[in-house]
Amino acid sequence: MSATKMMPSAEVQPQTMTGSEVVLRALVEQGVEVVFGYPGGAVLPLYDAFFKQNSIRHILVRHEQGAVHAAEGYARSTGKVGVVLVTSGPGATNTVTGLTDALMDSVPIVCLTGQVPTHMIGNDAFQEADTVGITRPCTKHNYLVKSADDVAKVMHEAFHVARSGRPGPVVIDLPKDVQMSEAPYYSASECVHKTYRPRTEPAADAIERAIDMMAEAKKPIFYVGGGLVNAGDEACMRVTELIQATGFPVTLTLMGLGAYPASDKQFIGMLGMHGTLEANMAMHDCDLMIAIGSRFDDRVTGRLDAFSPDSKKIHIDIDPSSINKNVPVDLPIVADAGKAVDALLQRWWARGLKADRQKLSPWWAEIQGWQARQSYRYKQVGDVIKPQYAIQRLYELTKDRETFITTEVGQHQMWAAQHYLFEKPRYWMTSGGLGTMGYGLPSAMGVQIGNPDALVVGIAGEASWVMNMQEMSTIVQYRLPVKCFILNNSYMGMVRQWQELFHGNRHSESYMDSLPDFVKLAEAFGVVGMRAEKVSELDGMIEEMIAVDRPVIADVVVDRAENVYPMIPAGAAHNEIKLGPNAGDDVEGSEEGMVLV
Amino acid sequence: MTEQEESHTIAVLVENEPGVLARVIGLFSGRGYNIDSLTVAEVDPQQGRSRINIVARGTPQVIEQIKALLAKLVPVHHVVDLTLDGAYVERELALIKVTGDREKLVQALRIADFMHARLVDSTTESFVFEITGAPNQIDSFIHLMEPLGLVEVSRAGVVAIARGPGGLESGEPPLA
Repeated sequence: MSATKMMPSAEVQPQTMTGSEVVLRALVEQGVEVVFGYPGGAVLPLYDAFFKQNSIRHILVRHEQGAVHAAEGYARSTGKVGVVLVTSGPGATNTVTGLTDALMDSVPIVCLTGQVPTHMIGNDAFQEADTVGITRPCTKHNYLVKSADDVAKVMHEAFHVARSGRPGPVVIDLPKDVQMSEAPYYSASECVHKTYRPRTEPAADAIERAIDMMAEAKKPIFYVGGGLVNAGDEACMRVTELIQATGFPVTLTLMGLGAYPASDKQFIGMLGMHGTLEANMAMHDCDLMIAIGSRFDDRVTGRLDAFSPDSKKIHIDIDPSSINKNVPVDLPIVADAGKAVDALLQRWWARGLKADRQKLSPWWAEIQGWQARQSYRYKQVGDVIKPQYAIQRLYELTKDRETFITTEVGQHQMWAAQHYLFEKPRYWMTSGGLGTMGYGLPSAMGVQIGNPDALVVGIAGEASWVMNMQEMSTIVQYRLPVKCFILNNSYMGMVRQWQELFHGNRHSESYMDSLPDFVKLAEAFGVVGMRAEKVSELDGMIEEMIAVDRPVIADVVVDRAENVYPMIPAGAAHNEIKLGPNAGDDVEGSEEGMVLV
Repeated sequence: MTEQEESHTIAVLVENEPGVLARVIGLFSGRGYNIDSLTVAEVDPQQGRSRINIVARGTPQVIEQIKALLAKLVPVHHVVDLTLDGAYVERELALIKVTGDREKLVQALRIADFMHARLVDSTTESFVFEITGAPNQIDSFIHLMEPLGLVEVSRAGVVAIARGPGGLESGEPPLA
């Protein structure tokens, strides 16, 4: 069960209470302020314990998937662990998408699930599901607590596992009788784990070798991902220092946006399938790649056998299984990104190294050549709103406030990543690894709970948004002034784009027929609805959306035909990036690319 | 990196708790890795620890992944790649049943004797042999039994241990 051993504390007998009370007390000890949940038969004792206390706030969602995404948004925007509470059976199975999302994007979540009483487990009881079996592959770890004696230590262990090392979701399955039995309470300091020891300190000789490689590089690049955001704000600041001390260019992954200030000259944009020309070309042509908290995902690498063929690669990651998984690297450094970067910075200074402008100038000149092509360029002509323009105006009108952005998945997500600029980490919440449509709205809800005074905008496509729109009801209940900024093109835009490029322009089931009238829908939910159909209406609508201190559903009717560029077609290499029809550079789908996702 | 597949014998020391074997197996099935053999038994009842011996096949990159993923599992104490770490002993036990006429059985008995297999059950028309040895020895014994009326094979899977004085936990964890 739990691999935690108890520290002997001879004199003091542990306090006893019910299993549910132990759960609540452990949550308080772990610093939990809010739980996203939905009650049901197998968690009634836990909900009863919630009723009798005031220290933890419970947010009643409308669907368990929404609870997990809300907890993800909360966790990613605050750096704390997100907590979910659901019932057995369907309650637990509804969390699977959210848990998988959190696993792929390394979000610390503790998900408490109710279970039928221990004596009924295995009997196909009402609302019974093999929760630990189902969630084993989509969690970092999970527990079925069969004895009330184990509740306290499993709770503490779960939080430790969720937030340390490479963070991730942890499920604790609590049978109803365990919640009701008498149980001892142990504090976190009494529990020491027997096996789980993630490595955080970098090896000194590896740091020295990394500095050697950095000192020699003529065409270096930093390739930084979401792992750095997880390492914390301090780690991001240290990386910024290191990058500025070296004078090297830096590109960020989708998950890494905000880890380095977007306005800085050394930032050459996001890389990958819809990244900038300069970032992708620089990755392809570099002679030294320094990957920090990034995992060489297929959306980033493109065709693997043509990925950055002439570079030496340094990979800093806390997860040893991320190293050499897709791309073999020359120097792996298994460590916490913050600690590794700190060590690099110390040694860089100690060895008297400086940014060698002269040596790097031919490399920067090449990069500036690519930058001059303006790969994110689009043309706003006529009355019809281009989706990129809508994002750009949103950015201009919100950049001076504390603004958090969440997205759903698809074209709007890529346009948001391209045209909304982030100066600081934790202000950008998107489903990167799993690509979960329906992530953005509940996630925005969680962000607003964690940051009550900030402006929270959920940039969405209409197709994704309706996937979890029941959460509008939660948003209303808790008076969360979340702004839903829907780029409505009446299509599953990214599906349509791929059908156009790879499937002979046959729009098979990608048109969103019978959409609701979003303004009337807003009225039905009791929130503010607004719409912009012309360029001239856009700024006014955005300003009104910001000004109103209530939840808003903003229906931005955009050009239906627009596609996301630049694009590295699936199965192509970085240097085969296409700038799109505006630049007279169309994508031609390949047979090999068609089988890829 | 070469794309040549290799076979590696990996020893994993785990906390003996429910679900630990499912975690290990799920890791292989979920990622499409191949297991040739897997054995598990408790080896330290006091501390509640079990040992899993895995024979896995894959490119060096896949083998490295397998070890890193095993080491990442929360209830895992230690992962050692015996194939990489030097000399080790590998043994397997098998029970093998042959049926046939007297002449074939006598022949089977002669081969069994020569290959150090023990007769553990006999009837007038069948024998069950027990054989312990390196997996390839067992393969050849089974091969020799085939023409003599082989009807059933039960193999325990590979157990392995490093040669020399060092214990499992004195080995270096992978990728340290």
